[in-house]
Amino acid sequence: MNPTTTVSMTVNGTEATVHVEPRHTLADVLRHDLGLTGTHVGCEHGICGACTVLVDGSAVRSCLMFAVQAEGRSVETVESLGTPDDLSPLQEACRTEHALQCGFCTPGFLMMLTAFLAERDAPTDEEIREVVASNLCRCTGYQGLLRAVRRVADERGAAGRRQPAQA
Amino acid sequence: MAVDAATGRTGGASATVHGSPRPDGADGAPSSDPDLRWVGRRVQRVEDPYLLAGRGVFLDDLEPRGTLHVAFVRATVAAAAISSVDVSPALSVPGVVAAFTSGDFGDIGLTAVLERPEFAVTEMPALARDRVRHVGEPVAVVVATSPYAAEDGTEAVLVDYDETPPVVGIDAALADGAPLVHAGVPGNLLLDVSLSFGDDIDACIESAAHVVEVEVSTGRITALPIEGRAFLAEFDERAARIVLHSSTQVPHLVRTGVAQALGLDESSVRVVVPDVGGGFGQKCVVAREELVAAALCRKLRRPVKWVEDRREGLTSGFQSREQRFALRGAFDVDGTLLAVEADICCDIGAYSCFPFSCGVEVLMAANELPGPYRLRRYRVRSRGVATNKVPIAPYRGVSRPQAVLAIERLMDVAAARIGIGPVEIRERNLVGDDEFPYRNVVGACYDAGSYREALATCAEALGYRRGEDPSRSPRPGGPLVGMGFACFVEPTAYGTASFGARKMSIVPGYEQATVRMDASGSVVVMVGTLSHGQGHATTYAQIVADHLGVELDRVRLVQGDTTAVPHGWGTFASRSLVAAGGALAKASDELAEQLRRIAGHVLEGTPADIELAHGRAYVRGTPTVGVAVGELARVAHHAANTLPPDLGRGLEVIARFDPEGTYSNATHGAVVEVDPETGSVAIRRYVVVEDCGVMVNPMIVDGQVSGGIVQGIGSALFEELVYDENGQPLSGSLMDYMVPTATDVPVIEIHHLETPTDRTPTGAKGMGEGGAIGAPAAILNAVNDALRGRGSVTRTPIRPSDVMTAIAVHDGSGRGAPMAVPTTDEGAT
Amino acid sequence: MKPPVFDYRRAASAEEAVGLLAELGDEAKLLAGGQSLVPMMNFRLARPTALVDIGRLDELRFVRNERGTLVVGALARHTDLEHPSDPHVLDGFSVLGRAARQIGHYVIRQSGTFGGSLAHADPAAEWCMVALLLDAEVGLLGPRGRRVVTAGDFFKGFLDTDLAPDEMLVDVRLSGAFPHAGFQEFARRHGDFAVVAAAAALSLEGDVVREARVVLGGVGGAAVRSAEAEDALRGREASPAAFAAAGEAAAGAIDPPADLQGTPAYRRQLASVLVRRALTEAVADGR
Repeated sequence: MNPTTTVSMTVNGTEATVHVEPRHTLADVLRHDLGLTGTHVGCEHGICGACTVLVDGSAVRSCLMFAVQAEGRSVETVESLGTPDDLSPLQEACRTEHALQCGFCTPGFLMMLTAFLAERDAPTDEEIREVVASNLCRCTGYQGLLRAVRRVADERGAAGRRQPAQA
Repeated sequence: MAVDAATGRTGGASATVHGSPRPDGADGAPSSDPDLRWVGRRVQRVEDPYLLAGRGVFLDDLEPRGTLHVAFVRATVAAAAISSVDVSPALSVPGVVAAFTSGDFGDIGLTAVLERPEFAVTEMPALARDRVRHVGEPVAVVVATSPYAAEDGTEAVLVDYDETPPVVGIDAALADGAPLVHAGVPGNLLLDVSLSFGDDIDACIESAAHVVEVEVSTGRITALPIEGRAFLAEFDERAARIVLHSSTQVPHLVRTGVAQALGLDESSVRVVVPDVGGGFGQKCVVAREELVAAALCRKLRRPVKWVEDRREGLTSGFQSREQRFALRGAFDVDGTLLAVEADICCDIGAYSCFPFSCGVEVLMAANELPGPYRLRRYRVRSRGVATNKVPIAPYRGVSRPQAVLAIERLMDVAAARIGIGPVEIRERNLVGDDEFPYRNVVGACYDAGSYREALATCAEALGYRRGEDPSRSPRPGGPLVGMGFACFVEPTAYGTASFGARKMSIVPGYEQATVRMDASGSVVVMVGTLSHGQGHATTYAQIVADHLGVELDRVRLVQGDTTAVPHGWGTFASRSLVAAGGALAKASDELAEQLRRIAGHVLEGTPADIELAHGRAYVRGTPTVGVAVGELARVAHHAANTLPPDLGRGLEVIARFDPEGTYSNATHGAVVEVDPETGSVAIRRYVVVEDCGVMVNPMIVDGQVSGGIVQGIGSALFEELVYDENGQPLSGSLMDYMVPTATDVPVIEIHHLETPTDRTPTGAKGMGEGGAIGAPAAILNAVNDALRGRGSVTRTPIRPSDVMTAIAVHDGSGRGAPMAVPTTDEGAT
Repeated sequence: MKPPVFDYRRAASAEEAVGLLAELGDEAKLLAGGQSLVPMMNFRLARPTALVDIGRLDELRFVRNERGTLVVGALARHTDLEHPSDPHVLDGFSVLGRAARQIGHYVIRQSGTFGGSLAHADPAAEWCMVALLLDAEVGLLGPRGRRVVTAGDFFKGFLDTDLAPDEMLVDVRLSGAFPHAGFQEFARRHGDFAVVAAAAALSLEGDVVREARVVLGGVGGAAVRSAEAEDALRGREASPAAFAAAGEAAAGAIDPPADLQGTPAYRRQLASVLVRRALTEAVADGR
């Protein structure tokens, strides 16, 4: 067999150690060595974005990163968001706005948009459209995804505006 | 209608209901109290929470202990005799377990048959034998302990090809003395049909006031589900059968194809389908790779898995839509369409897909060209031409986007010739509301629709100005702005009669549904359709819950396991909600009747007086006299001894529905801006007015429409699989094969009309394909409207360079592109 | 689409990275953001025997404005130029922010690096064009120490640079001599590599062009400066007519390739238009 190397990283808040070939992508290791199959693989050349995860808080194509590069880093996958019984505001907005159909591209969009919404307080429609254009969805035509991000940003903005009044 | 610019959400009432929405209460159908009904509501999808939480289980998420991974050695040349294949070097690659060629599996393959004399029967081998007929054709298979090792192994396999001249296009294939893709198919004609309807066509054309000729062609594209094709086969020793987990739209058809190919009873193959990441038709046929996976697991007695990678998806997965149309239309002086003559060629690649065959494109193109227009004379020749390219399979809309492109282009060119507007000429020819049911020129019988109202609504929404001079010249210096329309009728849910008319040897069309209530009062629906994004777990539950008067969350869907559900045909051709929805409406109707009879017994009342609602059965008009449906279910199962002998003892009904076909309609309208300096096309507005009868869940209808339109935008402007003159594919990555992203699409404005059909138990018509059907024509017409007086484009995808060439040809500049002229983008400097 | 076997080493400093390259041989490659190299490996079009990971050399992740010269570390991410932490760092260099927004998409810009883009030398890469536009001095580190080459000498052709197999690009210095710059590209879809791109930079005396830089991407083996366009501008009034003439001059001097995106004639047309638009944008910039 080909030589392997040991990689330790924090995945969704838990320490994980795997023995993998250097060529194994982070996407494959998350899915097949760690069983986190919510991260999907759609093109393996960085275009479709289905495999997007967060590494130290930044959105990353996990098909373009080798697991060995994640040594010592903190990785978050869709499994770190809400559960089916307790969805995150972004997940809930996606449901409300019919932002998914087959659901295959969905985890990648969720992770990318989670990072984006953490960086931008009040994104414009143009910024939202531009960031949603990072990933491919073949089912929805993006209409619901665009509305969902708008909804999260607006709801958060409204909550922020309410804050001083409550204080 | 108001459209919120930020969200694209439409405001105000957008649905218009024609006629009586549906029968109610008295005859046993669901309650008429609108507050109680699930059908018609924008119910959130029950599928969403687990998918959003990343808990979906797609094929590559399955990995039984001991799974081996499969990779294919694929042909690197388009046409060749195989002089030798040596797999033995692969066996010394670390991790490789085995490698095989066709003979190791007894030369299995798939043969699609149309029982008509114009059809040439050919076999698609699972693995190539003595010849390869397209780049990407599987030649050998390597089995290894990981996908990495399997791919390493494929690089070690040695294949020697003796190349022969490839046939790469329609003209090359039809040329005298062209090389033959299949030795037994002269002229490379896999199907050649000529049909004629109506009398005196030639005389009519000769005497017509206007005869208009148009040609359009469409590039080869692919469905591109984000989850590619994937299969996992394991051998169930206890049941002595293959268990094939397949990312498919058609589990029973896969079972049939695999069993036939391997010479097994269908009971020796169980097909199980996990969550499917999109299909759009590409997964409604049987793949050669899944035959190989099934054969491998039987041979190796270990689970084997193949997951298509994106390069394979783009260079060997089924493709579609490479067609060209030459039309001659005769019009009278006021623009009335009198006759159409059409010549259609479809480049169908090297093989016929199973079971639909290459005829799926050829016949649909010929039969559905007349569309929503009154037409009494029609003659067509439609050919399926074999080439050394990847075979075609159905893709959302199949030939309709191209046929609509052709007839809608004919309408626009004729309108300009006659001097009337594009809306006016369509109004003049659309089938009118008082003409339904309308038997069209090829014999299809349209149920009631709203063809003219859809056009009028769309034109109004876009601000179309009636009577405007169609030859008006563009504003000097500005971007070129154009508006285009496409009207179409979408035949949905073909039944056995329609599929039988194609002469398929395997005739799909009906659907069965089992509706079962258990002792706790919860309901399981078992169907042969296969939801893969369409939200059937939600919409089917809406239908059943209305009939049984239970809450939505009491109804569960079971699909995708040939041992668990009744025989059915799967999800394709806009059929599921009509065919399976019809079957389960009938089944739940009958189950409701059983519940009423049990309730009548328990409440000592008359079954006809029992109402089912809110999870209770009660005497109509006396809601206090009632019993929980769950209690009826308990009695039916656990206390059947208290019931008369013909009641209870289980609660399960199976029903069948074989639709006669029902016809949705829509008008799409687009406004585009063309940059005359770069040729780029930007869609500024997109309005669709669609009528699919009763909408079970308008939110899901909107989602299907939007998704289809964006696929249509892809084929109109971006997507094309290009081959070079040697048959080498040039679009092997998503950098080259350009799928629309969020910045490439406008806010889509959707208006609904709702003309219920009397041909389905639910009043619903199919609608899954419509978005993809109308978009290319609307966009092409809009681009040509923008270019009016400066040239025209007749091929999709409309590349910016094509726009510039069209302008240059028209200007006669001979430079391939016009001189730069300053435009308003400059601003003041 | 699984990459072939390779050996992996992580460098703790630029010097160590260069030493590892020398040790591992000519088929070893540096791995920075991986946004170009890894796709090629997944397609098995690139088959390095070893990767030296320089992704953690945070000392090379910087963007500094040194008295009017912009110094960019090799490991600066595209996003660091799109959204610099110090909003004034791009004073006089706003064209970098505008160019950054045209690179791929949001996620790609989080990982992709400035130095990686230059070292990869795609003919339509935004940073390669900006380097030529602003007379970049490219700092290279090798086993024999540091050397500096001009952008004009650095780019050799299609995916080809002056980098030796054991050298590493460490930083880039961009000239502040051109306060007005524009960057225009034409792609079928936003985020794609441009079919043709044009960048233009000007220094003006009143309304007269004192010096000009015009760069084209996507028209040949590597991004190229257009001396013809620059000559057409120098000493002339910055006017629409002059800009149109410069566009024509640029287009007339290139011999672009034919491919899926268009013919040579179409690319020349785009070059002409985009040069004109970039110059128009440049004049508006910094005013």
